[in-house]
Amino acid sequence: MFKKLLRCVRENKRDTILTPLFMVGEVGLECTLPMITGMLIDAIKAGTDMNLILRYGLMLVLMAMGSMSCGILSGWFAASAGAGFAKNLRHDLFAKVQSFSFSNIDKFSTSSLVTRLTTDVTNVQMAFMMIIRTAVRSPLMLVFAIIMSIRMGGSVALVFLVTVPILGFGLFYIAKKAMPMFKAVFKKYDRLNNSVQENVKGMRVVKSFVREDYEQKKFADASEDVRNDFTRVEKLLAINNPLMLLAMYICMILIPLLTARIIIRSGGTTMDVGALSTLITYSMQILMSLMMLSMIFVMITISGEAARRIVEVLDTEPTLRNPAEPVTEVADGSVDFENVSFKYNPDAAACALADVNLHIPSGATVGILGGTGSAKTTLIQLISRLYDVTTGSVKVGGVDVRDYDMEVLRNKVAVVLQKNVLFSGTVAENLRWGDPNATDEELVHACRLAQAHDFIVAHPDGYDRFIEQGGANVSGGQKQRLCIARALLKKPKILILDDSTSAVDTQTDARIRRAFREELPNITKLIIAQRVASVQDADIILVMDNGRVVAQGTHEELLATNAIYREVYTSQTKGGEDNG
Amino acid sequence: MAENRTGSAPAGRTPGMGHGGRAMPRKDMPKARKGTLPRVIRLLMEDYKWPFLLAMLFMSLYSLGNISPSIFIEKISSIILRFVETRDWAGAKAELLPVMIVMVVILVVTIVLNYFYARLMAVITQGFLDKMRKRMFNRMQRLPIKYFDAHGHGDIMSHYTNDIDTLRQLVSQSLPRILQSGVMLVGLLGIMLWFSMNLMAVVLIGVFGMTFAVKHIGGKSASNFIRQQKDIGKLEGFVEEQMNGQRVVKVFCHEAASERDFDKVNDELCESATKATRFANILGPVMNNIGNMLYVIIAIAGAAFITLKTPNASIHGLLSGTFGRVLELSVVISFLQIAKQFTGQVNGIAQQFNSIVMALAGADRIFRLMDETPEQDDGDVTLVNAKENPDGSLSESDVRTGVWAWREPQADGSVRLTRLRGDVRLYDVDFSYVEGKKVLEDVTLWAEPGEKIAFVGATGAGKTTITNLINRFYDIQDGKIRYDGININRIRKPDLRRSLGVVLQEVNLFTGTVMDNIRYGKLDATDDECIRAAKLANAHDFISRLPQGYQTMLTSNGANLSQGQRQLISIARAAVADPPVMILDEATSSIDTRTEALVQKGMDALMHGRTVFVIAHRLSTVRDAEAIMVLDHGRIIERGSHDDLIAQHGTYYKLYTGAFELE
Repeated sequence: MFKKLLRCVRENKRDTILTPLFMVGEVGLECTLPMITGMLIDAIKAGTDMNLILRYGLMLVLMAMGSMSCGILSGWFAASAGAGFAKNLRHDLFAKVQSFSFSNIDKFSTSSLVTRLTTDVTNVQMAFMMIIRTAVRSPLMLVFAIIMSIRMGGSVALVFLVTVPILGFGLFYIAKKAMPMFKAVFKKYDRLNNSVQENVKGMRVVKSFVREDYEQKKFADASEDVRNDFTRVEKLLAINNPLMLLAMYICMILIPLLTARIIIRSGGTTMDVGALSTLITYSMQILMSLMMLSMIFVMITISGEAARRIVEVLDTEPTLRNPAEPVTEVADGSVDFENVSFKYNPDAAACALADVNLHIPSGATVGILGGTGSAKTTLIQLISRLYDVTTGSVKVGGVDVRDYDMEVLRNKVAVVLQKNVLFSGTVAENLRWGDPNATDEELVHACRLAQAHDFIVAHPDGYDRFIEQGGANVSGGQKQRLCIARALLKKPKILILDDSTSAVDTQTDARIRRAFREELPNITKLIIAQRVASVQDADIILVMDNGRVVAQGTHEELLATNAIYREVYTSQTKGGEDNG
Repeated sequence: MAENRTGSAPAGRTPGMGHGGRAMPRKDMPKARKGTLPRVIRLLMEDYKWPFLLAMLFMSLYSLGNISPSIFIEKISSIILRFVETRDWAGAKAELLPVMIVMVVILVVTIVLNYFYARLMAVITQGFLDKMRKRMFNRMQRLPIKYFDAHGHGDIMSHYTNDIDTLRQLVSQSLPRILQSGVMLVGLLGIMLWFSMNLMAVVLIGVFGMTFAVKHIGGKSASNFIRQQKDIGKLEGFVEEQMNGQRVVKVFCHEAASERDFDKVNDELCESATKATRFANILGPVMNNIGNMLYVIIAIAGAAFITLKTPNASIHGLLSGTFGRVLELSVVISFLQIAKQFTGQVNGIAQQFNSIVMALAGADRIFRLMDETPEQDDGDVTLVNAKENPDGSLSESDVRTGVWAWREPQADGSVRLTRLRGDVRLYDVDFSYVEGKKVLEDVTLWAEPGEKIAFVGATGAGKTTITNLINRFYDIQDGKIRYDGININRIRKPDLRRSLGVVLQEVNLFTGTVMDNIRYGKLDATDDECIRAAKLANAHDFISRLPQGYQTMLTSNGANLSQGQRQLISIARAAVADPPVMILDEATSSIDTRTEALVQKGMDALMHGRTVFVIAHRLSTVRDAEAIMVLDHGRIIERGSHDDLIAQHGTYYKLYTGAFELE
């Protein structure tokens, strides 16, 4: 997992290496400082020689400045290394998602992908910075300070043999114990937030059913649940600080006592008062480092979850790949299904689509009807190779779709998806998704065919009108017509409309179909619809039920032979007949 | 690291408000109103006066204990210095021992106090947050629908996540830290005064320089931090849009272009993030080493004072008559520790400052929610169980009779009972969400018990608004509404709403079992009643086929069900409540013909024998209505039965024949 993440360091390698290097400098100088200070104090005690004192003083100031410079540089490089690492990570994640096939996308929800690209990356970035800075600093400091204090204090350093293990084990024990508790609390927290969210969203329901008191009680329970669990964790963590103080105070009592003994017994020759202050400073450095280490341990464990979620995306292999020697020319718009069966999940027992055999000549208009779950959308998604068939083959222009270059194929097979999306930007910008180099005349032409031109120019900004995210400021029918125009701009050989005119009124719907027939005779058109009226003049109508094509033929043929088709037709036209 | 655990919930359009609910813009760092901090403290005192005061007492005491070692170090150093020439360890030991014992006692007390302080604070903080959450939630439950229409859901949610989190920070960290630093600073100042005012002056000069550095670097880091937050927001927005449209990106082979656009936003964030972290990263070593230099300066100054035999001014000297004598080395040694602690505390206050500003802003947002005016209810008419007397008059009953009546207190103290029938009339009603922009004008309509009234019209024509007025989610500006002859303003809101069932187009289910969700309509309904309601709503079949039947858990608004199934459950939920009047808002999303037929049948069964207001999106459902109202821009432009309206060849006719788009 770490290897995978480390690959994102790339151009920040220099900064990533320099950060700990400067950190070594900072820590080294910082750990020598107390020793020189001790010498300075001894010099003061010896008295009179102000020159020596000033020399030590200058040395100390220089060392402090050196340590500061190293610290600043280390922090400086850590920032760019961390931010650069996060940038690469986000880039890789985004690029990976771009390479995903539809079945890859099915696996991740939108919101989970957004979280992975934002919050999770930020957490990993924090951990990364911590690893190259604090995780270097603390152990280094610990080792340096212990070595220095042994060199200076000799047997006095034995005090650390007592305090370091007490604190070390104590802190890690608490951290380890608290971790699962924290995880449990966060889950409860999520539940609490979830209940608030449900309430805010469903406030009309709550008020309509006069359930305010009921909801208050429910919320109070959830809130108290969080409170109890959280209090328990915090009470456990309440031992942290006293434990730290205990270790610190043991040092504070034992070190002066032992040092005093050595100093006095030796008459100030083995050690002097300067050493007292030095050793106390070292003991602080050692204990602080331990405290930081336990914090790092907690932080890294927490961000481990985020890292796992990121790597999960990076590890996902796109299920569709270009063939080795792809075909780059689509001959015509004919579509053939030969014994096609399809499963979304290879382990699924039943096929989503079974035994489909179809032969659609280039330029034909095909209508597809069927209830929810009858696999209409599944069928058309195989044509532009959004999914690969499980068995059998789908051919476009006489060539298996798996042999085409995917981009070539998808540019020639334009799909207007059922769940379609416009992006924030102008109308023209959205339309040019179909063809970045389209001229204004081409835009207008496509919009005229899709019956979108009139409402576009009715707005004062016309083609420069700004579309808000998700197309929130145009009506459902207008959105659908813009999506159709966008697809037409690709100048495809096959055009697929997946229930793309459901919000368009029947007259406009009819005009769109007429325009297709008259102006786009060479394009193969596949139209999925709920309304019989939308497909009844098609060359072929497919009736789908439960993953199978149960009937195909013209409107008249199906009316005569197919029960499902007749049922749908009569239920939709009943109103008209009643009124004669 | 303040992690936003909810992510940014989409502040999408709120249902029911024709002209779009707008989210309150949130500035990056809005200033809290005056009086926010006292208010937080007042509430804290209300809930936890004695525990909190006790905790603060503990804290003050252990803070003093924390600084005591510097005094001991002075004492020990001076003992060492006195005995080092004679090498008299036994003599030194005799003097050291009492000092050590006092020290051990003080430090043990400090540790114990610290532990109890931390435990107390755990209870206080979590308890206070719990109480604040409940205060906020309970107030929120009483707010009018208008509030929810006007505020983004994400914004409301963030009160419970981010704002409560900053409050936790304030109560458990910032306030105690500042108090503690204050106590320690005063204590340290006292010790410094006691030992040497000369060295104190040196320390204060050093601290001055430090605060200057903090201000400079801190200011830079804050402005960069705000830029980083903005860039994060931008990136989040971009990613959300792209991930939502990922399938479209694929279909249009737009991957490379999307990646290019993303890289632009990504690079910007990287740049501002680098700058922001840079300043934050630098602050530590700078502060640390200013502390180190101060250390050196004190040592040199002390040495200078000693060698130059500068008279030392101190309280200790004043009291012991040694005022003006030369500084002792032991004092210099302890000052080295004192200076470290002093700068540490100044540092601590400086770091808390930012988080206090942020916490107060968060607390203020919570208070703003709590200060919202709750839904007003001046009604005195209530809904009661009644039984019919042999003479046809009604009298009140304590038990559920199935007969409901409005209980109207009269001016003379007597009570009048009116049978609940479901007769609703609107007279000349005007309404606007925003002053000056009328949404409804001169609307007059009536529904007699058992009648079905349908509203037809384009989005924004005012269909939903009318139903919002009948159950008093909003109050009318002009005109009058009568329910069984009673002015609805006189009916207590809970009673009014209990008499009205609602099935909304956007189905909201709650986390819990299917059974729980149906029972939501009537909390004391038995399982049998719920199942009967499900059967009536045509939902029983599919529920029985679910893995755990009625005990199947629903999460995230019933994500495991189809749109049609969720609708069926919401119909069953309304059915179990069994109200005399129903408001049905049809779903707009396309469900297939068969499920639609099922939903339709469920709705029909529910409507039977009730007064029903239907907001129709499909004309096939309104044909059997007693009256159809065609709305356009807040006015009723056509009314009549299906046949009447078809014969008129007006707007309804055009809609019906498909010449107009409904949406």
